[in-house]
Amino acid sequence: MSAPLLEVEGLSTTIGAARVVDGVRLELARGETFALLGESGCGKSMTALSLMRLLPPAGRIEAGAVRLDGVDLLRLSEAEMRRVRGARLAMIFQEPQTSLNPVMRIGAQIAEAVRLHAGAAAAVDARVLELLRAVGIPDPERRAREYPHQLSGGMKQRVMIAMALAGDPELLIADEPTTALDVTIQAQVLGLLKTLQQQSGLAVLLITHDLGVVAETAERLAVMYAGEIVETATTAAFFAAPAHPYSRMLLESLPTADKRGARLAAIPGRVPPLDRAFTGCRFVERCPRALARCVEQLPPWHEAGAGHWVRCHLWDADLVDTATVAEPAVAEGEQVPVGEDAAPLLEVADLKVHFPIHRGVLRRVVGQVRAVDGVSLRLRPGRTLALVGESGCGKTTAGKALLQLIAPTAGSIRYQGHELAGLSHRRMRRFRKDLQIIFQDPHASMNPRMLVGDVIGEGLQALGLARTRPERLRRAAELLELVGMPGAAVERYPHEFSGGQRQRICIARALAVDPRVIVCDEPTSALDVSVQAQILNLLKDLQARLGLSYLFITHDLSVVAYLAHEVAVMYLGRVVEQGRVEEVLERPRHPYTRALLSAVPVADPRAERRTLRLEGDMPSPSAPPPGCHFHPRCPEARPECALAYPEGRAVSATHRVHCILVEAEG
Amino acid sequence: MRLAVVVLLIWIGAALCAPWLVEAPNRVELKTLLAGPMPGAPLGTDALGRPVHERLLIGARVSLLVGFGVVAFAAALGTLLGLAAGLLGGWVDRLVVRMIDLFLAFPGILLAIALAGLLGPGVDNLVIALGMVGWVGYARLARAQALTLAEREHVLAARALGCGTWRILWRHLLPLALAPLLVEATFGIAAAIVAEAGLSFLGLGIQPPDASWGSMLRDGVSYLLVAPHLVIAPGVALFAVTLAVNLLGDWLRDRLDVRARSQGVM
Amino acid sequence: MGALLGRLGEAAASLLGVCTLVFLLIHLVPGDPVAAMLGEGARAVDQAELRAALGLDRPLWTQYLDYLGGLARLDLGVSLHSGRAVTALLAERAGPTLELAVAALALAVVVALPLGVLAALHQGGWIDRVAMGFSMLGAAIPNFWLGPLLILVCSLWLGWTPVSGRDGPLSLLLPALTLGTGLAAVLARMVRSSLLEVLGEDYVRTARAKGAGPARVLWRHALRNAWLPVLTLLGLQFGALLGGAVITETVFAWPGLGSLVVESIQARDYPLVQGAVLVIALAYLVVNTLTDLLYLALDPRIRSR
Repeated sequence: MSAPLLEVEGLSTTIGAARVVDGVRLELARGETFALLGESGCGKSMTALSLMRLLPPAGRIEAGAVRLDGVDLLRLSEAEMRRVRGARLAMIFQEPQTSLNPVMRIGAQIAEAVRLHAGAAAAVDARVLELLRAVGIPDPERRAREYPHQLSGGMKQRVMIAMALAGDPELLIADEPTTALDVTIQAQVLGLLKTLQQQSGLAVLLITHDLGVVAETAERLAVMYAGEIVETATTAAFFAAPAHPYSRMLLESLPTADKRGARLAAIPGRVPPLDRAFTGCRFVERCPRALARCVEQLPPWHEAGAGHWVRCHLWDADLVDTATVAEPAVAEGEQVPVGEDAAPLLEVADLKVHFPIHRGVLRRVVGQVRAVDGVSLRLRPGRTLALVGESGCGKTTAGKALLQLIAPTAGSIRYQGHELAGLSHRRMRRFRKDLQIIFQDPHASMNPRMLVGDVIGEGLQALGLARTRPERLRRAAELLELVGMPGAAVERYPHEFSGGQRQRICIARALAVDPRVIVCDEPTSALDVSVQAQILNLLKDLQARLGLSYLFITHDLSVVAYLAHEVAVMYLGRVVEQGRVEEVLERPRHPYTRALLSAVPVADPRAERRTLRLEGDMPSPSAPPPGCHFHPRCPEARPECALAYPEGRAVSATHRVHCILVEAEG
Repeated sequence: MRLAVVVLLIWIGAALCAPWLVEAPNRVELKTLLAGPMPGAPLGTDALGRPVHERLLIGARVSLLVGFGVVAFAAALGTLLGLAAGLLGGWVDRLVVRMIDLFLAFPGILLAIALAGLLGPGVDNLVIALGMVGWVGYARLARAQALTLAEREHVLAARALGCGTWRILWRHLLPLALAPLLVEATFGIAAAIVAEAGLSFLGLGIQPPDASWGSMLRDGVSYLLVAPHLVIAPGVALFAVTLAVNLLGDWLRDRLDVRARSQGVM
Repeated sequence: MGALLGRLGEAAASLLGVCTLVFLLIHLVPGDPVAAMLGEGARAVDQAELRAALGLDRPLWTQYLDYLGGLARLDLGVSLHSGRAVTALLAERAGPTLELAVAALALAVVVALPLGVLAALHQGGWIDRVAMGFSMLGAAIPNFWLGPLLILVCSLWLGWTPVSGRDGPLSLLLPALTLGTGLAAVLARMVRSSLLEVLGEDYVRTARAKGAGPARVLWRHALRNAWLPVLTLLGLQFGALLGGAVITETVFAWPGLGSLVVESIQARDYPLVQGAVLVIALAYLVVNTLTDLLYLALDPRIRSR
């Protein structure tokens, strides 16, 4: 192996009193893709910013060396470092929405990067267009004159990449480059990075929390936990046999179709605070197999295989046997076939929610945003119906309209035969008890000025189910125990709890009124994967115990595969395909469903990859394309597709598809 | 900050206790015109021989009355209109927004001057004139708060739990909307005190022989060279109180972590 | 283009609104102008005569239409006090006020911009503390106190400048200083906080990641964005400036629109009050419309909406 391109040694960074990066060691070869994997707050982004020497004002690099081609970047003067940034070492960020200067044209921003490192003024314009073309932006001459807000998120990230490429870097640091993007757009951007890498021999340091993205793009990886690297290996070796208990639990906490009916491994507790010195393993408090020495001694590095290193006492030679033997037992839960044929509890027919667009001084209505445009669903008792789609497809609006939190424009919502659409607040109240909702952001969904007990008891009070406060608090404490939290939490404020705990409190609040249906609006999207596992387990347990029905709104197909019984796929305000989960996910018939499924990265590098990549972005719901909404992006579109929206065709008794290419069955 | 609190306590204390502390703020004493510090008048006397320190105490009373009166009037009116507009929407919202825009199209202090001039002198008219100008800021802020808070998920959750409109308003919107309004109101007190003094300075507010810091300044300007203490004393009092109230506002804003603030028009 | 037309439409609506508000102010505010003009002992016959002469006996609606018609012909009536056309009086007084406002604005901008930028760049340092201390004091000092103090020190004690009146460029100095201080204080604070916010933005980090130096980051990226909210504030603060001019002009006996407002109110000269208030409000409207148009030109996000 030739000399590494990047060598990081003993890198330690503090922010205030917290040592967020502690003794990190990394090596990257030329042209390699190396992933730095970890959950939020593990220090992976701070590592990246330390390499660029772009830490926030409170950040300080305490020790270490960062050698790029043998030159220690930490010893360069700031002026010298500027000649490295953007030239040999470039970086792209998580939020393309805010990472471009809003008042400068795209072309000018790229040209600035070109000029800073190339100089030759005459060729700048040509170079800008060349870069825009290289990152796959159509009509670059026009786009170069546009401003960032005129571009979609995916386009902006492409522009960021173009800018990073301007100085012909040897190493690109990509900090969660696709986290803010939809899955089909993520596939485009990851594909682009791979192509560029093959063309130019660029090395990529990919910072991510997404095991699937790592499995699909990286050759080697390192796992970070609480500021420290705990394991490093080739991607293949890691996914075949993760060595550190944390890594294993991380993989086991991923929801997949195989784990249906089983509980996900959840990591208890939380990451330790980083403002103290560690005397033992950082993971010890959460590790199911911790030994006495894990508390007392810092674990040294052990070799778990060729090029596979792990920082864990369990790999000490005399303990190896026990280390490799035990696969944590996965409890087999029984799949209760509830409600398969029961009458639907909730039946939605042709639901429409349109928002008028007002313009001008007189506030005339000049158009409609057709957020939800004719959605029909059926939810049976004790079942989970997943409503899947990318951002802006209308799934959240549909969920809120179902509960009359947004007034539907048209259509019917029948709960046990009662029509809910158009009910006044007062007449809706008798149904509130049965229909509840959990939101995505557990921070915003609780009133910060109310005690947890009052938050949970609010429904009991509003609906007159428990008149006195002591009674409500007692009930709240019981509910907290039910969702796996200490009952004493009733006397504390929401901000004292972590994201996962808050989501539990929100679930308890919904359960307080003893509902039959819960609309779960992306309840795990703001959470780390190990915490997501806890919440998914909880939801599943509650369904089994209480016979709840869930309308589970999500963009995450792996969660759908794990949790749902039935699924409806939405695109631009309409359901394009729905059916039982195994039908839709294993035998998808609509081209959009297929593209969506193939775009999801799988956390298994051996998995066979179908390559079905969608071009372009989802159009605006204020001006949906005529005919089938998907046809402008559909790889199989025919001229007829633009004529009329296809009627639903039944592929089986339970599986319906809106596509003219699908032949209806019998 | 501690100094600011001391200043504020002195101001409020002086204003409340003024009736017991002063003997004859309006009694003309021709033997001691424009005198410097002397027994019975530690801050000297004015052009009619009246003791400056007693008139300062009376002025404190006026400024306290007007400061709190204006803010109470303006904040109540503005918050009510703003919340109503934000929560009810429709024509109510359009009407309130039009009114806000109309008042914002006017330089605030000019409107207050014109109103005070036309309404005639007196503390009550002063409060009305300044309140008519001041409500706009609170209305804008309250409306913006209502609009953003109503979108928040805990409000949606409360509705999903069957809470009625009043309950949501009372438990979920008002407590959260209050912090920025409180900060705005604090700065509003300073603005109202300065505005009162300004109007009195122009002869449109408190009328002789009653004392206000503004009218004392107005009278003092004529004797700037011979008796600078007539300008310095009320000016220092006004400046110190304004500064202290502003410091309190800054401190509150940092404590309550309020970022939104309407651009004051006064 | 749509945004431009929209903004001009709004300005037109505001124009009508302002004219109406001024009319209502004069005609609806309690207090009988005729009684006020003639004094307490006036006979009813004389009052009725004057009322008819002024057209105040006709329905409000007709008076309003007459007023709008007059506005269209640039006819604001005749001053009750001097008998001269209101427009002529306003024209005489507009120049000095414009002079004063521009001088104060220029002074404030020249002081506040560098101060705010320096304070933001050295956040927490001594420059920052001094600048914010100045800003705190400047915002709290009322101009009707600052004015007399300046006169006392600069004119009476040191004898550098004339005490009052409008006589040569030196006489502009103290009024402009008095009027500009408060604005400078508010502006410096705003520049600082706006720049601090922008410096924490992702796109500033992007610029640094490109290899741009501190000067380039500040000028090309940070200030171009930080300037936008400051511009809006500047437009709004122009209203405070015009209001402050009323007081400042009175302090310095500056022959502008502001002192005209006070004089005409004291003289109960209603047509003149109406005209002066209207002209100042219109000036504010024009400035705010111009600021918004400038904003439109500088911020592409608003433009395309």
